[in-house]
Amino acid sequence: MTPLSGAARPEALEGAAKFTVRDLDFYYGDFHALTGMNIDVRENSVTAFIGPSGCGKSTFLRCLNRMNDLIPGTRIDGTITLDGEDIYGPGVDPVDLRRRVGMIFQQPNPFPMSIYDNVAFGPRLHGIKKKEELDQIVEQALMRANLWKEVKDIMERGGLTLSGGQQQRLCIARVLAVQPDVLLMDEPCSAIDPTSVQKVEDLMAELKSSVTIIIVTHNMQQAARVSDETAFFLQERQGEPAELIEFGRTAEIFTSPHDRRTEDYITGRFG
Amino acid sequence: MSEPLKTEKAASSSGLKMMSRATYFREAALKNIFLLCAVLAVAAVGLIFVFTMARGWEVVKDPGLAAFLGGTEWSSSLGRFGILPLINGTIAVTLGALLLGAPLAIGTAVFLSEIASPRMRSIVRPAVEMLAGVPSVVFGFFGLVMIRPVVAELTGGMGFGTLTASVILAVMIVPTIATLTEDALGSVPPGIREASYAMGATTWQTIYKVLLPAAKIGIIDATILGMGRAIGETMAVVMVAGNAPQFFKGLGAPIATITSQIVIDMSYATGTHKTALFGLAIILFLISMGLVALVRALSRLNTKKA
Ligand SMILES: Nc1ncnc2c1ncn2[C@@H]1O[C@H](COP(=O)(O)OP(=O)(O)OP(=O)(O)O)[C@@H](O)[C@H]1O
Ligand SMILES: [Mg+2]
Repeated sequence: MTPLSGAARPEALEGAAKFTVRDLDFYYGDFHALTGMNIDVRENSVTAFIGPSGCGKSTFLRCLNRMNDLIPGTRIDGTITLDGEDIYGPGVDPVDLRRRVGMIFQQPNPFPMSIYDNVAFGPRLHGIKKKEELDQIVEQALMRANLWKEVKDIMERGGLTLSGGQQQRLCIARVLAVQPDVLLMDEPCSAIDPTSVQKVEDLMAELKSSVTIIIVTHNMQQAARVSDETAFFLQERQGEPAELIEFGRTAEIFTSPHDRRTEDYITGRFG
Repeated sequence: MSEPLKTEKAASSSGLKMMSRATYFREAALKNIFLLCAVLAVAAVGLIFVFTMARGWEVVKDPGLAAFLGGTEWSSSLGRFGILPLINGTIAVTLGALLLGAPLAIGTAVFLSEIASPRMRSIVRPAVEMLAGVPSVVFGFFGLVMIRPVVAELTGGMGFGTLTASVILAVMIVPTIATLTEDALGSVPPGIREASYAMGATTWQTIYKVLLPAAKIGIIDATILGMGRAIGETMAVVMVAGNAPQFFKGLGAPIATITSQIVIDMSYATGTHKTALFGLAIILFLISMGLVALVRALSRLNTKKA
């Protein structure tokens, strides 16, 4: 394999823990989806979640910004802290949490409004109304998302008129406009073209100096390229809850995994 | 190896050609039966239109186009057949119905699609749909007995008039607008809803900043169709409007609409009077054609935007 970025940037692992998850269990009604999850996500690093389909990667990700709260009948045990603060603690407003923990979805989902309004959506929710201020935020967010050059002359065009890859970067800009601490990305590259994938990966590398990134991916090479640490999820038997099998430096997980199952999965995917 | 493959192919292709005669005739017969249904439906509309035109066009001659379209008085005893008071009445009643009914219906649709629990939805939705099946004479009766006294109390007078008619029509158009608005909200891509919540929008912000704008054209469509229903509704209006062909004088004052006037007059109208009633029918035709055209133009706009 190509040199692993985790090995190339060991200093990234020395940061403080952004998210700390302890003894997490998660239920969709009667279905026990996740069990006994423990993980520390380091600040300003990229963490990859890998594992077979249906092993709870998205479910876990959506615990981190409380998107699962929107699904009736879900239940969570254990604790998740963000910067030491329990995000499921009493008095925590999930709406406020989601402003700090942004999310990018597999399918690009810009709003059916202009490019400008898409990016200005979050700031406007925060009550920013001044045109100059919004203009500046929008431009900056689009620049950070590597999209500014392509759209600066068509800001009033509908967000949905862009290509899939551009739409995904528009969604990233939309999230960046509210200055989140964390970016959760659920298979952000699986519905877009290779050139756009390259651009998204580049911008992840640029962003991680200021944002903590967690990415779910089915692409092993991508996990190896972009992440500092990797978590391997597995649901061993149908109907049983998924577990976190192994978590560590990406370099280690991909070259010398401790767990047999991790190795099977990784080599299975490569070979 | 290629030989048997070839014969197999030939066999199957000749097999494809052999459609049995019975099947052929059945298919042809079915096709023609459906065609006949479509032709009959179109013919009915066409026939009614032609008939109405044939009987109504003479308004051009007898009251005369200016007297008909520009006349400010409708009085069969005086032989004046000006439709402006009726148009005015139709607009007043319809506007009132929309002002009261559309927000109620859109609110109901938002509740059903975004807020209600599945259990709540399974109670409210059938109730709304049932409203659509209630005969209009029942609405009229309800208005007469329940709404009219309240309006009489509020406005003084008998309570027959614009407000009572508007309230009844508002309730009658709720199912149309609510059902279509719920469809429009339901066809907003689910990813957009999620994106809004993930951006830290509250339910209320998601509804009015994202979902309602995204479903805007569908909601306007729904409202136009509701408006069509309000304009066309006759029975309930006749029962509560007071049926005085006069310009709007206040919410409690009696009024007449195009449709209610036709019903009131048709049993005894003769000559010019009768021609004028057919003229009213032509006006109704034109209005509903206009509304349909508007809806079509909007949906074309919608597909172009997407
Ligand atoms: N809304 C839901 N209600 C009930 N069960 C669900 C729901 N969403 C997911 N599940 C179940 O939870 C388990 C984990 O699903 P999840 O979507 O988290 O997997 P995943 O690892 O993201 O899979 P993929 O790689 O295919 O995206 C699966 O068994 C799935 O069927
Ligand atoms: Mg998933």
